Amino acid sequence: MSSAANNAGRVWKFGDNIDTDVLAPGLYMKSPLAELARHCLESVEPRFAKEVKPGDIVVGGRNFGMGSSREQAVMALRELGVAAVVAPSFAGIFYRNALNLGLLALVCPEAAQIRTDAVLAVDATAATLRDLETGKIYVCETLPAHLLQMIADGGLLPHLEKKLNAQRSKEAQA
Amino acid sequence: MTQAIPMTLAEKLVARAAGRESVRPGEVVTAKVDLAMMHDSGGPRRVAPMLERLQARLWDPDRVVVISDHYVPAVDAESAGILDLTRKWVKAAGVTNFHDMQGICHVVLPERGHLRPGLFVVGGDSHSPTGGAFGTYMFGVGATEMCGVLVTGEIWLRVPETILLHWTGRLAPGVVAKDMILAMCAKLGMDGGRYQAIQYAGDTVAGLAMQERMTLSNMAAELGAQTGLIAPDTVTRDYLLAAGVPAGEIELAAWQGDAAAAAERHDFDAATLSPMVAAPHSPANSAAVGEHGNVSVDQAYIGACTGAKINDLRMAAGVLKGRRVASGTRLLIAPASARTTAEAAADGTLAVLTEAGAILLSSGCGACAGYGAGVLAENETCIASTARNFKGRMGAGSSKVYLGSPYTVAASAVAGRIADPREFLA
Ligand code: SF4
Repeated sequence: MSSAANNAGRVWKFGDNIDTDVLAPGLYMKSPLAELARHCLESVEPRFAKEVKPGDIVVGGRNFGMGSSREQAVMALRELGVAAVVAPSFAGIFYRNALNLGLLALVCPEAAQIRTDAVLAVDATAATLRDLETGKIYVCETLPAHLLQMIADGGLLPHLEKKLNAQRSKEAQA
Repeated sequence: MTQAIPMTLAEKLVARAAGRESVRPGEVVTAKVDLAMMHDSGGPRRVAPMLERLQARLWDPDRVVVISDHYVPAVDAESAGILDLTRKWVKAAGVTNFHDMQGICHVVLPERGHLRPGLFVVGGDSHSPTGGAFGTYMFGVGATEMCGVLVTGEIWLRVPETILLHWTGRLAPGVVAKDMILAMCAKLGMDGGRYQAIQYAGDTVAGLAMQERMTLSNMAAELGAQTGLIAPDTVTRDYLLAAGVPAGEIELAAWQGDAAAAAERHDFDAATLSPMVAAPHSPANSAAVGEHGNVSVDQAYIGACTGAKINDLRMAAGVLKGRRVASGTRLLIAPASARTTAEAAADGTLAVLTEAGAILLSSGCGACAGYGAGVLAENETCIASTARNFKGRMGAGSSKVYLGSPYTVAASAVAGRIADPREFLA
């Protein structure tokens, strides 16, 4: 596993039905990613993009990532250094896009109980979150091994690249 | 014979694609993809650079279908460039299944005989569940995931639970599939599908024409489901035969859910359903047409994969025959495909629409997602037969979009305000 996935990060909390337009506002969709990311979630929490630190954790409500299949919704969070997104449920295409782009997305039935500003240690393999202050452990749905490996590789493209390169060098040696 | 484990239709479809005897909900499996569909917006222009980075080729060019529909016809240099890139890439990649400007992908795909019961298909668009109407397991993916499919021919998925949406009873005249799906959006909410497999069933569904079934499956996306299945029957078979699918490739018996398989079930009564209208800015804001008060409309739009198939145009014609669009209101109609236009021309539907004052647009996504002709100005109100009415989707940020059936949209165009189509069909 990459170390980032096992580090601790501060929690930013959001409500239900956070949609892809809030994550990647249409107005900035043609802008470079860094610019788009500066407006990520601004309509619900203007401080977020300014103050979020690499390794921080976004905790959302139900149906996180609802809306279009635009991958920029994930890319903006990743650009800001968000280490994981945690929610009781995700919109399906967002969830897949997150994992494919190397962003850890954890389904946590108890996400509503997580305090804002809590510092959580994330264990991606065990799919647990530990509140460093209170010691409370939140159990999330585990991810299958092949997805953990894909996230560790940085997402589907680097993962495929690695696999293809291994295949090619094997063929070259044969 | 060993005793088979009872499975839902979704489970059977996934098991086949995963090369397994049986699967259980929650399991993660790798499925072989029978077909990958992309359009001009999310397709070649996004995946070409990724494929280049990987220095990879398509796993099987014959299993890739490309359809240009979002930026057609080009309106500026940028959209022309996207279409040009699409055409060149298709050639270079050896993709022979390319339908250029023939209509909206979710309608063109079955129309050209690409779908059939039992297939496992991914589409680079969120309304890909439309394919579920044919007993095909079909769902939408983002561009990166599409690239993965194009290289490997495989995709992982969590075997879905099945949510059975069961309809009984006869729909009243003027009440159609679009009203059914809006009622389901109101009841279950935008995440009621929980990214599981929805299956529409019951005698009401069995009585629907193929295009009407497609409307239900299409908007499984609005219910947040992964796919929206309907078990295939003779209606499915007849449609596919007409689309040129060889009879030997249309298997019905194998693609039925087992009665004993576990599924969450919701029951709906078709007989008591009224025409439904969704208020801005969510399909879940749906209520009976009469509950929306006096809402005048600047534009009525019959378009999109959801609401401009041949049946939809015939519904509109049923209301518009011998009537005129109200002054101060414009009615725009963008038939879902070139074939739809040809059929509507052949049976006289088109003449009824244009004689009523409708303005005919080209077949494509058009104003549905704010890409093409027919977008809205600030503060304008539109009623549309499309699938989504999110804020700003059809144009200016302050515009308001109501959703209804083609009947309701046509009736509203004649009245100049949101109107109950039953008053026009008596
Ligand atoms: S018509 Fe609208 S909903 Fe259908 S594919 Fe095009 S943009 Fe999407």
